Amino acid sequence: MHSLVFIKQVPDAAQVRINYETGTLIREGVPAIINPFGAHAIEAAVQLKDKYGGTVSVLTMGPPMAEEILKKSLAMGADNAFLLSDMVFAGSDTLATSYALWAGAKKVAEEAGPIDIYWAGKQAIDGDTAQTGPGIATRFNIPLVTYAAEIKEVDKKNNTIKVSRVVDEGMETVQVPMPCLITTEETINTLRYAPLPYLIRAAQTGITLLNSSNTEIDSGQCGLKNSPTKVKKAFTPPKREKGEILKGSDETTLDTLYGKLEPMLKQCGKL
Amino acid sequence: MIRQDIHEYKNVWVFIEHNAGKIELVSLQLLSKAKEIARDLACDVCAFTVGADIKKLEKEVAEYGAKKFYIIENPVLKDYRTEPWRASISYLIAKNKPAVVLIGATALGRDLAGTVATELSAGLTADTTALDIDPQTKNLLMTRPTFGGNLMATIFCPDNRPQMSTVRPGVFEAIKNPAKMELIEDKFELKEEYVVKKILEKVQTGEDKLNLGFYDIIVAGGKGMGKKENFKLLETLADALGGTWAVSRQAVQLGWAHHTRQVGQTGQTVHPKIYIAAGISGAIQHLAGMKSSDIIVAVNTDPQAPIFEIATYGIVGDALKVLPKLTKLFKGKLKI
Repeated sequence: MHSLVFIKQVPDAAQVRINYETGTLIREGVPAIINPFGAHAIEAAVQLKDKYGGTVSVLTMGPPMAEEILKKSLAMGADNAFLLSDMVFAGSDTLATSYALWAGAKKVAEEAGPIDIYWAGKQAIDGDTAQTGPGIATRFNIPLVTYAAEIKEVDKKNNTIKVSRVVDEGMETVQVPMPCLITTEETINTLRYAPLPYLIRAAQTGITLLNSSNTEIDSGQCGLKNSPTKVKKAFTPPKREKGEILKGSDETTLDTLYGKLEPMLKQCGKL
Repeated sequence: MIRQDIHEYKNVWVFIEHNAGKIELVSLQLLSKAKEIARDLACDVCAFTVGADIKKLEKEVAEYGAKKFYIIENPVLKDYRTEPWRASISYLIAKNKPAVVLIGATALGRDLAGTVATELSAGLTADTTALDIDPQTKNLLMTRPTFGGNLMATIFCPDNRPQMSTVRPGVFEAIKNPAKMELIEDKFELKEEYVVKKILEKVQTGEDKLNLGFYDIIVAGGKGMGKKENFKLLETLADALGGTWAVSRQAVQLGWAHHTRQVGQTGQTVHPKIYIAAGISGAIQHLAGMKSSDIIVAVNTDPQAPIFEIATYGIVGDALKVLPKLTKLFKGKLKI
């Protein structure tokens, strides 16, 4: 069984701070990490490999420095790593990104064999769109299983997979034929520390570079120019004024708090 | 990218999400917002959905001001499945050429929007919290938080139609505005044997799907609540205030509550009149989901917790001791 995991390099959101004077994000010194949801997708693919055999490939689109997260993926148990990197992709929105990753994935299949399961995190923590995974599945015209919380079973004989996924009302279990595309919740598994053999192999495994000249990517569908959505402006939301810390936590303090909340409670019709 | 004559596209379309015969609140909120957008564009608000046995939704859709309600009924569309819903909805949109398509940013809505937009090669903006029409160009300006709410971006889609957007629940108000509405039933051929995805089981998580955005008072708890059993304290205080209770992502990860109650970047966005954060340190991902609340009361043992940076009123203390005292206090004063 061959899994291909789409991952994205993102700045560690927990460490991003804002410069309120310039209205920009302070990215200096903020480490780039594998999008956390995508890291769980890698782990899910590796766990399936451990159980049913096969290989795991990872693909990311980004600048040359995105090699770093591919190295980390290899240390997590992936066997092949591909970096799709070209200036023609710069400024791509989700429609153009899903196009480039789809075309890149076809090249991965040529190099490393046909793919049974495509994986992605349910969304990236920087853009938060949750659109790229569904976009790739649509381009392949394969079943899409978003918000996967548990891989129940792979039926190799009938070539199907059973997955539990989070829906608005609770959970649902679906069965789809492979190939399919699964996007993962972070609750699907617990990330492990990379075992030594994986670390050694990661150091020895090369990364395959893909670009517009060694794939069949139509540059007329990539990049800012060919993206239907564009950013008009970016700004920082107004900072909320720091409030008042009440002294103590006893009944008197809470009475003070009540007095402060009273007008709002009246406005809500609670008094 | 496909070049189009964008002037062929008009009207503002709102997706009516429904579950077990009930319309999701966000769809009604979007109908109300669409009314404003349609006024600026001098066009109509239309609703659309697919499913099995959905004509009964007609009355409520009309109450919120849609001029037309496009539907496709087919037993294959009974439960939401990406592939047949994508096919039938893409067909409806391609045929009728709306200028704007709005979809609630629920789990279902985000699954659907990404796949339909790709099918149509349309521009899609995720999770918007503000929608405006550019007075000059008449383009839809879609503003959304990124980087966990640390940065806002205004996105537009100048050369392609429809302009698609998923919109966060709870951002706009659902206002009744009855209109004389026309039901337009279309047909789309679908056979169950061609749908490869099978739903084997559905498990409701004990409680109905919760629209936290509906409540004007929310009492939320996090890791500082110590254990699952202590969440009863949130519930009793919320009951005393006539509100509801919610949790942080950490509480969900610890298995203390279901994610239907989660507030934050990967949960729901709320802006109640009063938000009480108990034992929540205030990771930016949580703040992204609640920092536009009118009043924020924070209770935390750690005076350095980031939640105090944005709290209107802070109490440094143990939530497990403070919450019961607050419950007693409000019970004595409020008429609930």
